[in-house]
Amino acid sequence: MKDEAIYRRLFRTALLIRLVEERIIALYPSDKIQSPVHLSIGQEAVAVGVCDALRADDLVFATYRSHGFYIAKGGKLDAMFAELYGRKDGISGGKAGSMHLAAPDVGLMGSSAVVASTIPHAVGAALSFKRRGGDRIAAAVFGDGATEEGVYHESLNFAALMRVPVLFLCEDNGLAVHSHRPIRQSYRLIEHAAAYGIAGRRLEEGWDMLAVRQATLEAAAHVRSGEPFVLEIATSRYKEHVGVGEDFHFNYRTTDSVDAWKRRDPLIVDAKLVAELSPELEREIDAAVAYAEASPAPGRLELLTDVI
Amino acid sequence: MRKLDYAGAIREAMAQEMERDPRVFVYGIGVPTWSSIFGTTKGLTEQFGPERCFDTPICEDTMTGFGLGAAIRGLRPIHVHIRVDFMILATNQLLNMVSNYIYSTGGKLKVPLVVRAVVGRGWGQGAQHSKSLFSNFTHIPGLKVIAPTTASDVKGMLTAAIRDDNPVICFEHRWLYWAEEEVPEEPYEVPLGVGRILRPGRDVTVVGLSWMNVEARLAADILYKRGVSVEIVDPRTLAPLDEDLIVESVKRTGRCIVADCDWVESGFSAELAARISEKCFGRLKAPVKRIGFAHTPCPTVRELENEFYPNARTIVRGIEEMLGLEAANLDGEDFFSHERRFRGPF
Ligand SMILES: Cc1ncc(C[n+]2csc(CCOP(=O)(O)OP(=O)(O)O)c2C)c(N)n1
Ligand SMILES: [Mg+2]
Repeated sequence: MKDEAIYRRLFRTALLIRLVEERIIALYPSDKIQSPVHLSIGQEAVAVGVCDALRADDLVFATYRSHGFYIAKGGKLDAMFAELYGRKDGISGGKAGSMHLAAPDVGLMGSSAVVASTIPHAVGAALSFKRRGGDRIAAAVFGDGATEEGVYHESLNFAALMRVPVLFLCEDNGLAVHSHRPIRQSYRLIEHAAAYGIAGRRLEEGWDMLAVRQATLEAAAHVRSGEPFVLEIATSRYKEHVGVGEDFHFNYRTTDSVDAWKRRDPLIVDAKLVAELSPELEREIDAAVAYAEASPAPGRLELLTDVI
Repeated sequence: MRKLDYAGAIREAMAQEMERDPRVFVYGIGVPTWSSIFGTTKGLTEQFGPERCFDTPICEDTMTGFGLGAAIRGLRPIHVHIRVDFMILATNQLLNMVSNYIYSTGGKLKVPLVVRAVVGRGWGQGAQHSKSLFSNFTHIPGLKVIAPTTASDVKGMLTAAIRDDNPVICFEHRWLYWAEEEVPEEPYEVPLGVGRILRPGRDVTVVGLSWMNVEARLAADILYKRGVSVEIVDPRTLAPLDEDLIVESVKRTGRCIVADCDWVESGFSAELAARISEKCFGRLKAPVKRIGFAHTPCPTVRELENEFYPNARTIVRGIEEMLGLEAANLDGEDFFSHERRFRGPF
């Protein structure tokens, strides 16, 4: 029964993320959102399971594909839509947009569109926790492609040397834009982490919010004890790399792999719960969109504010 | 003559050089995938095989050092970056290694490496997908830096770059990719280090960089109707710079505006303004003026993006001010907006 309550909680947030991104898809042709969007449809269970397992005062550093993490970490929906619309009341007054969501008030410290560039930030933030004592942790969220950058390897090494409480969280959707993982990588992530003396685990059931949550709770417990950890979660990106469409017609991947995920995706399989929760969530989204619509465009003078 | 767009001209230059010289190869993140860097590498893997056109892991610095290693062994690599913002992860290899390899081997080794970097703007690209950074590279001795504006120039200059035994960085503004022009079918070189007068004029010289030449042409058309004659000089190669061409032009007109698609502060426009001021000191009727990005990271929202980027209007206003003319009503003018044609996502 307790699990049932947790499941509902996770499901609700995951469904909110999906409905938000489906709303973005619906709005996009209107040109109200004039910036690139990297959707996480198919990957929601990762953001939701992870953020539910983290504590409110733990910090997350993320990527351009972070609508899910923003929402799961507790970011405000109205400010997010206003940001996507490029409005004054957006998180960053419209200057950041979808690729650079941040909500420091709820622990989402930033997100970057330069692959892998936020990973060391989590290591530095973890050092601040270690200095202060206590058991807060920092999580670096990144894709499978990001692990090819030197900065990922260097971050593991330094985190291991410093023994800081950082969780390295890899969302493995098997793709970097249109390139498949096997042509890019000669290593296995968990074995590779072990070479630095960092414990790790790969979770195949990335569609399963409870499994993600449980794996993260265990990983986080390890990290709270003062050791870095690598958690790799298999997942599936349903939509194109960037933009609101699908990309199967480009023939670089088949629908099969995605269909296999969809057959297990609770947001599809558990249609009853979707039907039950959707109306209320849609109203929440309506309100956020209305907020964005009502918010004014930033004035010209905003151009030079917040630079230094 | 048949017409070709800028992206097609890049592709053709690379394909013809790969055909001509088996040492030439092309690589970079996403290069052989279907989106093929805005179509500029389309079909090269099919035509030349995966050994001569291939994808890479996401590790820019290493892949640049790899290119250097291949180049000093006599291969002729072309490394492609879909944004200059990602190329700067390779700054160590480019600025510490590639740029002084010939120097530190006393000229015994050559570095026939070409690095293509896409620059550009628009559709909410934001702070990490919109830089130009020309001056970060022109600042460094040992690198040739080119920024062709037209399709025929990019084909000839890229061909010359591939045949060059020095490292060449080629900046390509994304908005130029669809610009069509008559482009000769056979391979040809446009020599590096030679600028071009895009439009002759009497009253003021606009030195335009990359995309800003398109804006300068529009500004010149608008001002022509008011009897102002604008000369447009496209340096084409930023390093080594064809200083004589620019200096002669400014000596003739007595006035100069440098229009850059980059930040003004410490930008390439500063280098141009300094050289022009020095060489044309007695002949200048007004101080050299510079136009470029506002001094802030690039905002994502369109309203502020419009304020951030200079365009033909900025150039018209700059020239009016320089000539002491009243600001004309530009309401009827049709200013270029890429978004009319391009509706995202990238
Ligand atoms: C340093 C850098 N190089 C290249 C790119 C272009 N790029 C954007 S996303 C991406 C793929 C990243 O894949 P992954 O880390 O697996 O994340 P995913 O998009 O799958 O979530 C690439 C290569 C970039 N943004 N930054
Ligand atoms: Mg991926």
